Amino acid sequence: MAAPQPINVEDLDIFYGDFLAVEGVNVQIRPRSVTALIGPSGCGKSTFLRTLNRMHEVIPGAYAKGKVEINGEDIYDSKVDPVNVRRRVGMVFQKANPFPTMSIRDNVLAGVKLNNRRMSRSAGDELMEKALRGANLWNEVKDRLDKPGMGLSGGQQQRLCIARTIAVQPEVVLMDEPCSALDPISTLAIEDLIHELKQEYTIVIVTHNMQQASRVSDRTGFFNIAGTGKPGHLIEIDDTDTIFTNPTNKQTEDYISGRFG
Amino acid sequence: MSSMTSAPTEASVHRPHDERRLPWYHLIFTGLTGLLVAIAGLAIVDALSIASAIVVGFLLHLLFGWVYSLVREGPRWAMDRLVTLLVIGAFAVAMFPLLSLLWEVIRRGLTRVLAAKPSVLSFWTSDMSGIIGGADAGGVLHATVGTLLITLWASIISIPIGLFTAIFLVEYADQGWKKTLGTGVTFLVDVMTGIPSIVAGLFGLAVFITLMPDASVRMGIMGAVALSLLMIPTVVRNSEEMLRLVPMDLREASYALGVPKWLTIVKVVLRTAIAGLTTGITLAIARVIGETAPLLLTVGMVTSMNWNMFDGRMATLPTFINQQYRAGSANCMSDSVTNPITHEVYACSISTNIDRAWAAAFTLIVIVMVLNIVARLISHYFSPKLSR
Repeated sequence: MAAPQPINVEDLDIFYGDFLAVEGVNVQIRPRSVTALIGPSGCGKSTFLRTLNRMHEVIPGAYAKGKVEINGEDIYDSKVDPVNVRRRVGMVFQKANPFPTMSIRDNVLAGVKLNNRRMSRSAGDELMEKALRGANLWNEVKDRLDKPGMGLSGGQQQRLCIARTIAVQPEVVLMDEPCSALDPISTLAIEDLIHELKQEYTIVIVTHNMQQASRVSDRTGFFNIAGTGKPGHLIEIDDTDTIFTNPTNKQTEDYISGRFG
Repeated sequence: MSSMTSAPTEASVHRPHDERRLPWYHLIFTGLTGLLVAIAGLAIVDALSIASAIVVGFLLHLLFGWVYSLVREGPRWAMDRLVTLLVIGAFAVAMFPLLSLLWEVIRRGLTRVLAAKPSVLSFWTSDMSGIIGGADAGGVLHATVGTLLITLWASIISIPIGLFTAIFLVEYADQGWKKTLGTGVTFLVDVMTGIPSIVAGLFGLAVFITLMPDASVRMGIMGAVALSLLMIPTVVRNSEEMLRLVPMDLREASYALGVPKWLTIVKVVLRTAIAGLTTGITLAIARVIGETAPLLLTVGMVTSMNWNMFDGRMATLPTFINQQYRAGSANCMSDSVTNPITHEVYACSISTNIDRAWAAAFTLIVIVMVLNIVARLISHYFSPKLSR
């Protein structure tokens, strides 16, 4: 595999219909590292995250203007199929969403099965084991791979969703508050997993939990919003240590020290 | 009682609250009192019957039970008793017509089925060719086949159209001109739901008379087209609701794996909703399988078997019931009736036509039940599994 390149975002404006939700984002996301996005509710961090694999287009009327380059290719180029973007940029959601009709095994291989791709049983088993081991779930589920995925606990379901995401071998994994519905132990399991995953994947994680951002990320970006109905902005992005100890911007300092938000 | 109405004191909070709860058999006491008072009262005003005794007795039971509970258990439990009785009463009122209908149809239907000669199955293996007068013979094979064929063809027409319309409304009609079109389609579907079935029959008739200029044309497929007009809106409505129940999360999960929209719809949305879709489609089939008016117009009635959907009249169970019941009691001038075709001789029975109508109704109900059981099995085996 060629040396991974950063994700370049240039002058990105994100709209919901006529409403400008996020304005003028310019950022470079480093490969094989964890970037955390923090900020108050409604500031557009999840919206921004979803533009990185064109998932926000799923919402009627939503679109983005600007440039997002992944591996040197603008994913908003008119020739690019969003389906192919999503194969390269996976996503883990706030609420664990395994497919209720599928077994654990089928859930992990969903990227293959839903795309009607043929795969031999042994290749499928190999991929499944690799993905489940990658998601630190293998030991817990190896004896019940044919049981429904919905039967797992909340934390296990979320790791199943991570396994499903890495089974399609993406370059980037986006995580939208992946631990917000989990207890501290499951959260710890996922955070440990994020540490391991960054060896292979570029990770962008949205979180409301500033301790989590400081624990898992290498760089942290702070989004803020001037008021209701105004667009969100990326206020600053820097090394996580710098953001939490010595932020440049007054708003960032106020937010991380708990003066608002 | 006073301790219940006043603000809770230390004592009332700590007293085990079911201490004063009376055992259930006290209901028998209040119930019997209600019934006896009702019978006595109704006898005095000379309006005593089983139905009036049950209704008045139940209402008195509500009153007595409430007062009794108020005195012995306190106002909170009295209200609980009253509402429990009301709920049970509403359930009984809802179940009574259903059960009595089933009972009547089975009882009267079996009369003809069991009397059929040479075997019990003969009613379902013979048709009506040459059966005249009060002949103690005949069956519904031709009408059963006609009903099944016409309903099958109506389903073949309606299910794809209805399902695809529902998919369009749920998955595609989200913005711009598609949204406008979707609103229009929803409105038209709502209007179609209210079409009287006789109008659907006239439409089916008019379409085919226009297509093949022959006012006397009658074919099974005409009935299927008329029925599909009644079936499509139900399929659309039921399927639409079921598809909307599929969480957006699952679609997003699929998209995020790089699955195109159409495959997401086929393999995630439809697969997740299949249990509900099956139920909805079964309900739509059950709605049209008993239609009489449109079939009377478009398919007519015959006495013998017709397997061909595209040629000639066909018998169907609802029209058969209609025809037999209207024929009424047979006029048994002599003790026997001869079949003019086969020259078989049957005994004459005055009630044979009406018995055949009930037996056909029984057959129709059995078909609908089998359909429902199949749908249940499908939804059982395909519904999302949540157990560990």
